[in-house]
Amino acid sequence: MSILVIAEHDNQTLKGSTLITIAAAVAIGGDIDVLVAGHDCTAAVEACAKVAGVSRVKVADAPHYAAQGAENLAALVVAQAAGYTHVLSPATTFGKNFMPRVAALLDVAQISDIVAVQAPDTFVRPIYAGNALATVRSEDAVKVITVRTTAFEAAAEGGPAPVETVEAAADLGLARLVRRELTKSERPELAGARIIVSGGRGLGSGENYHAQLEPLADVLGAALGASRAAVDAGYVPNDYQVGQTGKIVAPELYVAIGISGAIQHLAGMKDSKVIVAINKDPEAPIFQVADYGLVADLFQAVPELTSALR
Amino acid sequence: MKILVPVKRVVDYNVKVRVRSDGSGVDIANVKMSMNPFDEIAVEEAVRLKEAGVATEVVAVSCGLAQCQETLRAAMAIGADRGTLVESDTELQPLAVAKLLKAVCDKEQPQMVICGKQAIDDDANQTGQMLAALMNWPQATFASKVALADGVTTVTREIDGGLETLEIRLPAVVTTDLRLNEPRYATLPNIMKAKKKPLDILKPEELGVDVRPRLTTLKVTEPPQRSAGERVADVAQLVDKLKNVAKVI
Ligand SMILES: Cc1cc2nc3c(=O)[nH]c(=O)nc-3n(C[C@H](O)[C@H](O)[C@H](O)COP(=O)(O)OP(=O)(O)OC[C@H]3O[C@@H](n4cnc5c(N)ncnc54)[C@H](O)[C@@H]3O)c2cc1C
Ligand SMILES: Nc1ncnc2c1ncn2[C@@H]1O[C@H](COP(=O)(O)O)[C@@H](O)[C@H]1O
Repeated sequence: MSILVIAEHDNQTLKGSTLITIAAAVAIGGDIDVLVAGHDCTAAVEACAKVAGVSRVKVADAPHYAAQGAENLAALVVAQAAGYTHVLSPATTFGKNFMPRVAALLDVAQISDIVAVQAPDTFVRPIYAGNALATVRSEDAVKVITVRTTAFEAAAEGGPAPVETVEAAADLGLARLVRRELTKSERPELAGARIIVSGGRGLGSGENYHAQLEPLADVLGAALGASRAAVDAGYVPNDYQVGQTGKIVAPELYVAIGISGAIQHLAGMKDSKVIVAINKDPEAPIFQVADYGLVADLFQAVPELTSALR
Repeated sequence: MKILVPVKRVVDYNVKVRVRSDGSGVDIANVKMSMNPFDEIAVEEAVRLKEAGVATEVVAVSCGLAQCQETLRAAMAIGADRGTLVESDTELQPLAVAKLLKAVCDKEQPQMVICGKQAIDDDANQTGQMLAALMNWPQATFASKVALADGVTTVTREIDGGLETLEIRLPAVVTTDLRLNEPRYATLPNIMKAKKKPLDILKPEELGVDVRPRLTTLKVTEPPQRSAGERVADVAQLVDKLKNVAKVI
């Protein structure tokens, strides 16, 4: 087996999602090469070479990989894919964006969002918002796979692996990045956070969301998350959304505040180790998955909790 | 400009599906079926572009069983002008759907295809990107804003770190995210009107597409169930549990 992992990075830092994808590659077994496509991405390449299990780091450095647009990236991966039995990338918005293009160009299926490896051709993946787990076997010569980032333990440090340069593919010129507006925060990122404080429509407004949840997140050193309803209502930006169609998280502690617990929300957080729910409705479905449920008005309970933890 | 909107018939998002005890799949007999919610957003966006005078025609396409005609009628009730069913009893996986849609695009020559970002049954999140690749078109996935002005198409995308804005050449594939728009409710007169709109039926063989599945589902199982834990009486008890029992803080 010979596996190509496509690294997620921002040219400077290697994303934790890449370490998890490498761990999934280790679970499949075989030689693992990592492709870093970017521009002025030496720092990311060096980080990649220091990951345990990596045989080789391949670097394609060109201006048209700086933004990692799907069209150019997929063309590069396809040009590099010969000889590999598996191509892997994280099931983040990065991997979800370009990997299906790779699969289509190779005329193979993509296996999305795997949570377990049963054999080099057999994988487990959630369907129906995680209400069922499908075990699927691929008949294709190359397996194109995205990896759920909560499902594997990040690969440790190791190496150093040798680095080699590969030729950039031509710039297709199909799309142009105009700008990125990344949410800036001093807090831990949602993905990979140890503790998450998450708020829903029960907070009533953006002001309430911040006034109630930030002090609590501060004392806990937690990341902040939200339900779709809270994002739709504009309390917080889109990248806070946890759920079937948002981010999938599995922290040690998830505190759901004013969130009812719709299946689409549960799909994104029910693998958390400990779940706490604070909701004034004793019938709210979130209590069916909560280890500790507090039926209370959040506007009383949350400040009380924050001061008790100070 | 013609816009093509692929719409999938899926188990309604309010239904919590049951896994069959023999592990052969999920039980969808007698379960409410609806248009994939992301596809409703896609139809709405296309219809708004038509209402704004940017698009001239909106064609809905569905691939699957004969019952997908209902899904096409629902799209026409929102405002799609006509529908195409690619009828097949075979389980259609994303690559097969993308190939069927490519064949339809070759015939229809749309300037834009608006897909949902993800079907809420298979949760694949693949078809739009695959179609774009097969057409050698640009793509803008997870769109929360689409603007066409002076021959330039600008799409804002929801990404893990925030937002990203792309300029893409047409023809292109766009896939919808939740914040793109809020689909209208179809009114009764529009539902009636939709019944009279043209709907043609094609077969994969006519389109020359091999739709055989590439992935075999060996079994479908229930995920590990979380059981409800305990109710705590007050904040003090909650803090005690977290510190001394769960030991997470
Ligand atoms: C295609 C699709 C995809 C979706 N994807 C996602 C997704 O990825 N993530 C997601 O979260 N949702 C998703 N949803 C939406 C989901 O179905 C629910 O609508 C949403 O999760 C509800 O958010 P909520 O719990 O904040 O709001 P609500 O359901 O309105 O719940 C608010 C809760 O707050 C409680 N409350 C109110 N006031 C107080 C108070 N003072 N004190 C304490 N409690 C209070 C109420 O009792 C209630 O339980 C999706 C839906 C669709 C159709
Ligand atoms: N059988 C189908 N018929 C029509 N459109 C489909 C079909 N399957 C997928 N699509 C489109 O592709 C999108 C993504 O689906 P998926 O890749 O399965 O998650 C959907 O939101 C639809 O727009």
